[in-house]
Amino acid sequence: MTTTITVAATPLARLALARADDALILGHRLSEWCGHAPILEEDLSLANIALDLIGQARSLYTLAGAVTGHTEDQLAYLRDERQFSNLLLVEQPNGDFALTIARLFLYSAYIDPYWRALGATDSALSDIAAKAEKESGYHLRHSAEWLIRLGDGTEESHRRAQSALDRLFPFTAEMFDPLPDDVAIDPADWTAEVDTILTHATLTRPSPAWQHNGGRAGRHTEHLGHLLAEMQHLQRTHPGATW
Amino acid sequence: MPGDLRARAWAAAATVCDPEIPVLSIADLGVLRDIRVDGTIVEVEITPTYSGCPAMRMIQIEIEAALHQAGIEGRVVTTLSPAWTTDWMTAEGRRKLREYGIAPPPPASTRRALFGQSIIACPRCASTNTEQLAEFGSTSCKALWRCRACREPFDLFKCH
Repeated sequence: MTTTITVAATPLARLALARADDALILGHRLSEWCGHAPILEEDLSLANIALDLIGQARSLYTLAGAVTGHTEDQLAYLRDERQFSNLLLVEQPNGDFALTIARLFLYSAYIDPYWRALGATDSALSDIAAKAEKESGYHLRHSAEWLIRLGDGTEESHRRAQSALDRLFPFTAEMFDPLPDDVAIDPADWTAEVDTILTHATLTRPSPAWQHNGGRAGRHTEHLGHLLAEMQHLQRTHPGATW
Repeated sequence: MPGDLRARAWAAAATVCDPEIPVLSIADLGVLRDIRVDGTIVEVEITPTYSGCPAMRMIQIEIEAALHQAGIEGRVVTTLSPAWTTDWMTAEGRRKLREYGIAPPPPASTRRALFGQSIIACPRCASTNTEQLAEFGSTSCKALWRCRACREPFDLFKCH
């Protein structure tokens, strides 16, 4: 029984896997809130967003699998940490609710215009992008509204929201590293969108002196290995197990 | 006749309902996209409402069963493009939704406006004095609302 796989790094496979890994890992992180969110409505919201992201990941893995000869499950469960090419931003632990919302917002403010731009091209990912764009619009609005409520809320919620931004901003430049055959999002447009929301939220955009990267090349923070250990546990322990 | 076979296959597939909203057929929803006939082989094309919709696998199995019962050999394929929109929901589907207690989807222009909310009529008492409780509801395609007039909570089928 296969327990690890090697995936051919064609340009299309690299692009589809990077986008799939982002969606799967962020979806998994959000699913960790299920049953733990501060209120029932938010529990449902985070689980719904996780479901959207994991659904997007499935479509992207199916595409990547079609060009590399693997199934979506093999790509999700049988690759090791160094083979995952997700952004370092999305693997960061949930922290408190403010950090979870800030992480979703920073990612959504990038990926929503990205899917819209990609959906308008004739890329192999265009169909998936045109579908994902309808979902990311809701994710962006939901996270932006929460960031405004938290930033412009109590002294404590403001402090936590600012602290979340300070912690996550050094992971944002990596989103703009180019992938093969991809559409580019102008960092200035992203910054303008982020600034609009942060102004409403009375929060300050951090200007970190240092930006981390390496996720696209498989060099991850210590957190991804722990996440994969849990997510892949069943297939690693009982290879090939099915429902 | 291929035309007859296609019509019989459509009639059979259109009996399948959304497992989450049992009053709506997949034809009402616009999930049933097309049926192609090649000789005696029938190919049914469906499209997901949301990328992660967990009902798709069940809908596929139920279509296969419905075709089998009608004595038709067929397979189901899933397609993403063009992306499904609530605009494809039939007028009949909207009426059935309202009668079932779910407010039908508003126009698709309001997804990105911050704190922007459409005017939604309560499916029970028709009052427009309603408010959103949560943007994400019991399934991916619904939001949770409340009527201030009759005090009843209700689901809204989100625009998409």
